[in-house]
Amino acid sequence: MDIIGQPIDRKDGKLKVTGTATYAAEFPLKNIAYGVAVVSTISKGHIENIDTSKAKALKGVLDIMTYKNAMQLHQFSSEGPGSGKFAEKDLLPLQSERIFYNGQYIAIVIAKNFETAKHAASLVKVTYNDEKPVFDINQPEAKIYQPAQALNGASPKTERGDATGALSSSAFSIQETYNTPVYHHNPMEPHATAAEWNGDELTVYDATQSVYGNRAAIAGMLGIAKEKVRVISPFIGGGFGSKGFMWGNSILAPMAAKFVGRPVRIVLDRSEQMFTLAGRRSFTIQKISLGADANGKFNSIRHDTTSETSFVDEFVETAGVATKILYDTPHLDIIQNIVRLNKGTPCPTRAPGEAPGTYALEVALDELAYKLNIDPLQLRLTNYAEKNPDDGHEWSAKYLRECYEKGAASIGWASRNQKPGNTKQGKYLIGYGMATATYPANRSKATVGLKLYQDGHAVAACGTQDIGTGTYTVMAQVLADSLGLPIDKVDIKLGDTIYPQGPNSGGSQTMATTGPAVRAAALTVKSKVIKMAIADKKSPFYGQAEEGVMVDNGKLFLKSDPSKSETYTQVLTRNKQPMIETEITTNVSTREPQKTESNPTAKDGNDKEAGSDNKQAGAKKIGASKDETKGNPFVKEDEGHDRKNMSFHSFGAHFVKVLVHPLTGTVKVEKIVSVMDVGKILNDKTAKSQIMGGAIFGIGMALMEGTVYGPTNGRIVTKDLSDYLVPVHADMPIFDVQFIDKADTNISPIGARGAGEIGITGVTAAIANAVYHATGKRIRNLPITPDKLI
Amino acid sequence: MAINEQEDLLVSKPSGSTRREFLQQASALGTGLAITSSAKAKGLPVNKINFSTPGNVTVSLVVNGKNKTLDVDPRVTLLDALRENLQLMGTKKGCDRGQCGACTVLVEGRRINSCLHLAAMCEGAHVTTIEGIGGVDNLHPMQTAFLKHDAFQCGYCTPGQICSAIGLLKEGHATTDDEIRESMSGNICRCGAYQNILDAIKEVHSGI
Ligand code: FES
Ligand code: FES
Repeated sequence: MDIIGQPIDRKDGKLKVTGTATYAAEFPLKNIAYGVAVVSTISKGHIENIDTSKAKALKGVLDIMTYKNAMQLHQFSSEGPGSGKFAEKDLLPLQSERIFYNGQYIAIVIAKNFETAKHAASLVKVTYNDEKPVFDINQPEAKIYQPAQALNGASPKTERGDATGALSSSAFSIQETYNTPVYHHNPMEPHATAAEWNGDELTVYDATQSVYGNRAAIAGMLGIAKEKVRVISPFIGGGFGSKGFMWGNSILAPMAAKFVGRPVRIVLDRSEQMFTLAGRRSFTIQKISLGADANGKFNSIRHDTTSETSFVDEFVETAGVATKILYDTPHLDIIQNIVRLNKGTPCPTRAPGEAPGTYALEVALDELAYKLNIDPLQLRLTNYAEKNPDDGHEWSAKYLRECYEKGAASIGWASRNQKPGNTKQGKYLIGYGMATATYPANRSKATVGLKLYQDGHAVAACGTQDIGTGTYTVMAQVLADSLGLPIDKVDIKLGDTIYPQGPNSGGSQTMATTGPAVRAAALTVKSKVIKMAIADKKSPFYGQAEEGVMVDNGKLFLKSDPSKSETYTQVLTRNKQPMIETEITTNVSTREPQKTESNPTAKDGNDKEAGSDNKQAGAKKIGASKDETKGNPFVKEDEGHDRKNMSFHSFGAHFVKVLVHPLTGTVKVEKIVSVMDVGKILNDKTAKSQIMGGAIFGIGMALMEGTVYGPTNGRIVTKDLSDYLVPVHADMPIFDVQFIDKADTNISPIGARGAGEIGITGVTAAIANAVYHATGKRIRNLPITPDKLI
Repeated sequence: MAINEQEDLLVSKPSGSTRREFLQQASALGTGLAITSSAKAKGLPVNKINFSTPGNVTVSLVVNGKNKTLDVDPRVTLLDALRENLQLMGTKKGCDRGQCGACTVLVEGRRINSCLHLAAMCEGAHVTTIEGIGGVDNLHPMQTAFLKHDAFQCGYCTPGQICSAIGLLKEGHATTDDEIRESMSGNICRCGAYQNILDAIKEVHSGI
């Protein structure tokens, strides 16, 4: 049976349903102490005095770390999340008395138990020298500027032709402004870090989407060698981007543990701390202009975005990024501006840029379609981009037309009455809306270690993470398939810097990046065993050609005569090999050219340094393997594939049906059909879950989520889960998730692209468009709460 | 904090304590009437609180069928008692204020948010956590259904969802999709596994 594509149960599923999967705050550490954060209550200024005496006098309090006594950290900056990105480069925690935002770390109270630490935290008395903060873009002090670069080095400005001139000469146009509020990730597991020193070696149990990234940042900030730091994160309770960059908890726990000479665990409080110390999605103000002829053919697109950042780092919510590539237009202008505010720093949130950007763009298209009185779906087909309009490159694979067709058929698009506000179902107004989804198909570099044991089971290890996306499971499927083993004979190890370096779990790249490395490692090991067999006089394959020997279900057999066979176990036992191992790096970048450091395509093997990391403290215990990348035929085949002038993106379409109560204005999403082209599907079950999860984030964005700040002080009003509403069971529609499921052989020999983020793109617009269709009301300020509809 | 295990002993009913004594002690703790009325409303036994270590209270619980006696700070929630004192990390802390359901356990068979109960309020209570529902080698049908339907992603809300789903079935009033969805709405899943959770619950419900 072909294991690729099978909807098998998750490999880590039993651990998760029995509560035995271990998250960062759950590792049993002897003599552990509890760290609780104290945060600032002003938005800008200085600490005048911080009095910890009362708190310290409390029985059970071990010590209190403030800027006065905390160890000095080293400045650490890096290129991006994978190489260790601390979210606030100019505000390493507890290093000075300066305050840049409300809810900033000012102390860590460390006590023998949690209750004491929490109580003591309330006894720390702080006086401040207030300065006037800027926390609202409408304040006169707020300065809007164009950043030098956006996420992953993208340019903040893209120009094609003369968009402004073309707009005024277009027969039809719309110009509207769309606003999305601040959104908070709110993963169910609060950010948590436990740190334990053993001499000069540090072990960090961390809730992170990047064990290698955090190791680099922690070591860099502490000024110690990376090899002295081990970061462990086998399970994380959701991240959605919030655990991609490193936040204060990951460095404060090691600092505190050193400070009190015993292990310390810091877990952020859901209320307030998870809202100020763990990132967010910036608000966006998006001005969109579309110019077209009477048939809807675009002549001009302008997409001008302003988002926010902090005074201590620069993060740009690049809402125009998808507009560059989604539709064909001769004239295009995309501008990205930001404003610095006295708030914490935003960071990537599920589809950073694309999620709010596709909301605005896809609603704008809907507006134009209604203005021209043409089918919104037809408008998209009229402007279908056969090639990447940004650089003229061919798509690696694109089946967006099929997505539209299937989605439209499944929701019954053609039979709806296109006139808005005109259809009722019982007492409800009903509406249909659709939108396009897109997300880049990212792939980067991964190293995988693999051991095939004499008893016929194999273990592959990689220092990447499973953040709920199914990495453990789909990697096991790739390994089982490539090595010819049953799925229950393979095991995947992730989330530990003791394993070879893998990618950060961001940009939907984990599977597309790690999968090919697992495959190459598996094929390497398989080939080694076959070679061993054909050189072995006692083997039935003695003297055969390597290509003639196949493996299935742990058994080698002759292609021409399957009755000639023997097992991995027999070959290894006879040759007295307890195991066969390898370590392989694959390095392919599918990012747009301007974002690519250097295209490694067709290079003969890899540079050594980024591959294996056998020096990691503890690596000896797992017996790190020798790097066999150089000259490896499987790596060559993959890296040598011609990807020049090729553009890697995933596409899809959402079709939504909503019910709107005409008197109360409540919106109920009844059905979402999502048809996605994300290449080959490795596991139908986990892939569908990813798309549904993304779509549910989109429901939240569209209808209920949004962080509210106090108008006079910049404090967050919606600072917990009773005020910041996220979708719950009762908000759920019926989901119909479908895949095109055609391999993209250009991205990798596996043909699979990521599915973690595309599900959120477009869905918010599809809901907003359906609400318009139901009510005739166009809401351009998210979320679409009932008050806006009545 | 000392943990005394009295494995498989019968629950000894604390004798001699009166409601009046409890009230006195509870208010001495500064926790006041809220505990009693809330505990009573939940059908929890309201019993004598013992002070062993100065400042601490002794609490006896029956956790997953085993007697446990804890000597804890009176401010310790049932959730933290389970996680930090009994090392039962299966029960998750998502918000610590009754807003997410990650900490759902069964007390006397009823689903509750363990973060909203002080351990001291639960004297004598029978608590079932995810560890008591079923282990890797003996999954409860609800766990099997969650696994089969991919009713989780990151897994952090999962123990709470499963406990809540089992509690829900016992309550017996949720039969339609809408009723199940409504009654499960105290358990947030940020990963968005809701439809699969619904499918899992329905499968167990119909006894397939
Ligand atoms: S942790 Fe108890 S409800 Fe959230
Ligand atoms: S599985 Fe991640 S929150 Fe539910």
